[in-house]
Amino acid sequence: MTPLAGYLLVSIGLAGALTRRNAILVLIGIELMLNAANLNLIAFWRYGPHPESLTGMMFAIFSIAVAAAEAAVGLGLVIQIHRHAKTTDLDAMNRMKG
Amino acid sequence: MQEAISIAPQLAASPIAEILWLIPAVPMAAAGLSALLKQSARKTSASLAIGSLSFSLLLSLIAFVHVLGNWMGGITTREVVNLTWIQFGTSNVDLGWVLDPLSAIMLVMVSFVGLLIFIYSIGYMKSDENYTRFFCFMSLFAGAMLGVVIANSLLLLFMCWEIVGLTSYLLIGFWYQKPSAAAAAKKAFLTTRIGDVFFLLGIVWLFAQTGTLLFYNGGSGSIEHAALAGLLSQPAAFGLSAAGAIALLIFAGAAGKSGQFPLHVWLPDAMEGPTPVSALIHAATMVAAGVYLIARVYPLMAAGALAGGTTTALTVVTWVGAFTAVFAALIAVAQNDIKRILAYSTVSQLGYMMAGLGMGGVAVGIFHLITHAFFKALLFLGAGSVIHGCHEEQNVRRMGGLKADMPLTFLTYAIGMLALCGFPLLFSGFWSKDGILEAAQHWSVAKTPFYMLVFGALLTAFYMTRQVAYVFFGHWRGGKPAHESPAVMLAPLGILAFFAITLGFIGTPAWPWFRAFLNGKAAGFDWHVLMERELMTLMGVSALVVFIGIGVAWSLYGDRSPKPTASDSLEKFAPTAWGWLSHKFYVDEFYGMTVIAFYAWWGRVSDWLDRRVWGGIVAGVAWAFSLAARLNRFLDTNVVDGGFDKGCEELTVGGGLLSRVQTGRVQTYLRILALAVVALAALLIWSSKA
Repeated sequence: MTPLAGYLLVSIGLAGALTRRNAILVLIGIELMLNAANLNLIAFWRYGPHPESLTGMMFAIFSIAVAAAEAAVGLGLVIQIHRHAKTTDLDAMNRMKG
Repeated sequence: MQEAISIAPQLAASPIAEILWLIPAVPMAAAGLSALLKQSARKTSASLAIGSLSFSLLLSLIAFVHVLGNWMGGITTREVVNLTWIQFGTSNVDLGWVLDPLSAIMLVMVSFVGLLIFIYSIGYMKSDENYTRFFCFMSLFAGAMLGVVIANSLLLLFMCWEIVGLTSYLLIGFWYQKPSAAAAAKKAFLTTRIGDVFFLLGIVWLFAQTGTLLFYNGGSGSIEHAALAGLLSQPAAFGLSAAGAIALLIFAGAAGKSGQFPLHVWLPDAMEGPTPVSALIHAATMVAAGVYLIARVYPLMAAGALAGGTTTALTVVTWVGAFTAVFAALIAVAQNDIKRILAYSTVSQLGYMMAGLGMGGVAVGIFHLITHAFFKALLFLGAGSVIHGCHEEQNVRRMGGLKADMPLTFLTYAIGMLALCGFPLLFSGFWSKDGILEAAQHWSVAKTPFYMLVFGALLTAFYMTRQVAYVFFGHWRGGKPAHESPAVMLAPLGILAFFAITLGFIGTPAWPWFRAFLNGKAAGFDWHVLMERELMTLMGVSALVVFIGIGVAWSLYGDRSPKPTASDSLEKFAPTAWGWLSHKFYVDEFYGMTVIAFYAWWGRVSDWLDRRVWGGIVAGVAWAFSLAARLNRFLDTNVVDGGFDKGCEELTVGGGLLSRVQTGRVQTYLRILALAVVALAALLIWSSKA
């Protein structure tokens, strides 16, 4: 059941990231997808062939730490963009085209 | 008539033999030094030249006394010092020097006569602005000539031989502003070069056959017994052995240098040089180098001779020598230039030496070489003194009566003239020429050379008397009155005159010291030899011939003083013959019509070939390349450049198209990413099922 919950969470996160225009909400969607990945790591470890060797848990903890840093960087970027462009609307942020 | 030569095999070289190389090296070094001097350093260059040659003379005398001492002790030695110059593979090219009676005598002669002529040059060249250059060349010449003399290797001899030829060229053309001097220098260089090419061929052949160019090397030298035996067994062509063929090639070189017919044409023209040069190079030493060369390689020339017999090479040497002796003497009769008469006389006397070598062996030829060197140097220096005194006048018909104006020059000149004529008993030329005549008389092949040489002696007496009568007797027919030369020029004349008389006494039949010394025998004094019937007859004939020559010439020319424009006394008798003689038998004209005309024609043909054929081919190739280059340029601009430009354009267009994908909307990217992930996942799942 747990992988299924993982798929659900990824889908919800992806939908949020794709449909929302607010940069912060997109970030939240991305966090959701990350947590779904962590959930899957735990689940595949727990029900996998070597549940005695705490690798999945270590992986998840590591991932959570990285995600925390990433969220901080992402939020920092959003704040800077907001200061620069006075908006957090992603559709207005189209100056990086070729 | 040829005597066996008994010279002891090589001993360990003595100290003087070890340092023999200094004799040529010091004058050469002096020449190098004075080449660095400024034109104004006149005294320094003259002192360098004279000092270095004095040093050479001193060493030569020590060497001579050393050899003489050995000879008196009963052993005649030949000391050689050899060293390896180049080594390639298993063969060596060796150089070396030799001290034996022949080289010792030549060393003393060359350095002594050379020194006297150097001293004379101080006076003669006094007013020449290129005094320094003159002494530089003269020193170089002296060094190279001494090198020729001491060489124990045909290669070393050839090197020095060529330096000698070079200095001859430089000194004939010393007054290069005169076109005639420049032409004479070129003529001398080219003519001797013809002989030298054959000489070089002989050297190469000898090296190929024997593997060494050393003359003597303790039994393994190229003209020692073992090598000669090998050469004799090797057939060449026309029935000659390799030894004979090589000997003839070497003789061709000697003939070029010693002005033997048909290569004699350069020597009379060489008189364009300063008179001391004519005396030193073109009378006393260099032209004698050819004779010396034949004497040096005499074992090769005589290889294969039966007892008392002769070889093809020696026969050729004899005939060429005898012919040249008469031929040049005939020409000398009808010349009017004081130096030119002496030049033809030199050619003639060199013919005597060659004939002497061919018929009588080394000692006979070399004895005449030595005496001739002294009296001919004396005559040339005397002629220089006359020219100097007559304000650079060289035509004997514009002189006359100089016996009163230049008494000392006259006295010494008369001694030289009598020595050259072979005036009986007193003068050296008599004894040395008699040696040659005696050998000719006993020659086993033919008697003709004997008659030729006797006739030559008659002519010699005739033309010398004619010259002396024109120059010193009668009355003065020139412009400004003549004056006597300074003491620095007269002193060498006196010394040479002394030797022109006394030198004969070391080689008389009664006391054949010279021959004995060269051949390594003991010399005994035997007065009675002179009284032998045969020898008395010969000496009588020889004396008679000289008297006839002098008498006839005196009756024709003595005290007559004809006008310079009047025809010669002899011309009145036989105008046609005179024409032939005064035009030197048209040899120059003949060469001009044949050899030179051929070369001129060949030059024109080559020029035509060069311009039309080779030039055309080169131009065609150039044209083809230029065409190819144009084609290349066309391809470059239109194909390569065009293609490149087109490629770049397409890249720009492609980049523009791709840049449209990049909208800048982050969520579009994310969408594509998600779609791609889904597609990848689907692919993975689908493929894992299969």
